[in-house]
Amino acid sequence: MAYSDKVVDHYNNPRNVGSLDKNSQTVGTGVVGAPECGDVMKLQIEVEGDTIVDAKFKTFGCGSAIASSSLATEWIKGKKIDEALQITNSDIVEELSLPPVKIHCSVLAEDAIKSAIADYKQKSSEGEAQ
Amino acid sequence: MDLPIYLDYQATTPVDPRVLEAMLPYFTEVFGNAASRSHPFGWDAEGAVEKARKQIGSLIGASPKEIIFTSGSTEGINLGIKGAIEMHAAKGNHIITTLVEHKAVLDTCKHLEKQGCEVTYLVPDTTGRVSAEQVAGAMREDTVLVAMIWANNEIGTINPIREIGALCHERGVLFFVDGTQAAGKIPVDVSADNIDLMCISGHKIYGPKGVGCLYVRRRNPRVRIVAQMDGGGHERGMRSGTINVPGVVGLGSACAVAEQDLEKDAAHSIALRERFEAKVLEALDYTTVNGNHEHRLPGCSNVSFCYVEGESLIMGVKDLAVSSGSACTSASLEPSHVLRACGVGDELAHSSIRFGFGRMTTEEQVDFAADQTIGAVKRLRELSPLYEMVLEGIDLSKIQWQSDH
Repeated sequence: MAYSDKVVDHYNNPRNVGSLDKNSQTVGTGVVGAPECGDVMKLQIEVEGDTIVDAKFKTFGCGSAIASSSLATEWIKGKKIDEALQITNSDIVEELSLPPVKIHCSVLAEDAIKSAIADYKQKSSEGEAQ
Repeated sequence: MDLPIYLDYQATTPVDPRVLEAMLPYFTEVFGNAASRSHPFGWDAEGAVEKARKQIGSLIGASPKEIIFTSGSTEGINLGIKGAIEMHAAKGNHIITTLVEHKAVLDTCKHLEKQGCEVTYLVPDTTGRVSAEQVAGAMREDTVLVAMIWANNEIGTINPIREIGALCHERGVLFFVDGTQAAGKIPVDVSADNIDLMCISGHKIYGPKGVGCLYVRRRNPRVRIVAQMDGGGHERGMRSGTINVPGVVGLGSACAVAEQDLEKDAAHSIALRERFEAKVLEALDYTTVNGNHEHRLPGCSNVSFCYVEGESLIMGVKDLAVSSGSACTSASLEPSHVLRACGVGDELAHSSIRFGFGRMTTEEQVDFAADQTIGAVKRLRELSPLYEMVLEGIDLSKIQWQSDH
């Protein structure tokens, strides 16, 4: 299968690879997918106020999955949380020209963003409660 | 060194120059129809076809009369299995096969199940091997046929064909063998190995694509099959259609070369395979070789690189032509049925690559391939959340994964 140039670029030069301190109150972590399905994405955000100031990812999956999560971190960095929640999988499909068989990779990336934000929100509400 | 490097010898092989040379006159100079009996054009073509039959027979220990030309192994499998079942419908309708067959055998069996046959699918051991005891345990009064792969195309595991064949003959059950990966690579003797029907394909043994043959035993027992295509009654009525003379000449020549070079080819492929595996296993942790280490096809190396997904790894080894143990590149996104049958978890099946070495592979190519593979696995593991978790001491099997995809 031929990959689009953008997928190849993200695969060869993934942006924002790495990990943030998952125990920090300002960090939200989302882990989605399952090893037996061939895709696991871990996406983390660091938030100041309501702005995502940093984002990191690690992905076990095909080139399209790596590219989808790499692109997701690129897009959400610097965005407000509410803006990041607006990103949908079809935006990712369009940007990376993913074929139908790879759409699930973009869905996973969207899930990863939402899951990281949900984790952050839960942590901050728990923090306030204390 | 030219790139990319071809390491997919179980998918297909290049035509050996000696084979091509033998074939060339039969496209233009000796172009007759081998079934034309009325002129020298036909006689010359027929002579070439009969020579090929002898060459094939010599490689596998068969008489030339027992060789039926086909378009390849898929046709040989369909003709051999369906033809035998149809012929012996009165005796019974039970077939024994295994879970690690090629799709051509599995789908043929499924087709026959729809038509009323009963099929037992034997589960191999973790190395992909099936034992004669398992076959004996599955045999019934109405068992007509045992159909089994000799050397597995994905992991290279070699089945104990001779023992299983002896058992079949003792019980009066026909034995069909998918010899596609085995013939020309390991010693094959249809008499000593007790085989009744066996398919071979030209392009797996440095011959041309689109040509193969089915061995059909003529003595002890005389095996009869029903033709699956109607037509002019070629090949003793078992396979109609004008013979692909250049292709058949190529298949015959490929068999002759394979017979002559069998030991040399095997030693070469085994040495390359061991060299590759030693390098990779030394450099990488959490890496295992699948299949049976003792009974394995010389040039086949199926390796699982834990915590790295196979398709991304294939993308990473961009100068190597290899294939994924998982069929990720197809629309199904299903991990390999062979690895699954061996009890390899889906997670590891997704992390497996088949490297195939053959007659034209060099040490230099193998070293390059090992280095590129090691580099790609290390890079992808830096990207892998699973590898990170394992290094942190987390047990992945205890995690509740969130996935509905």
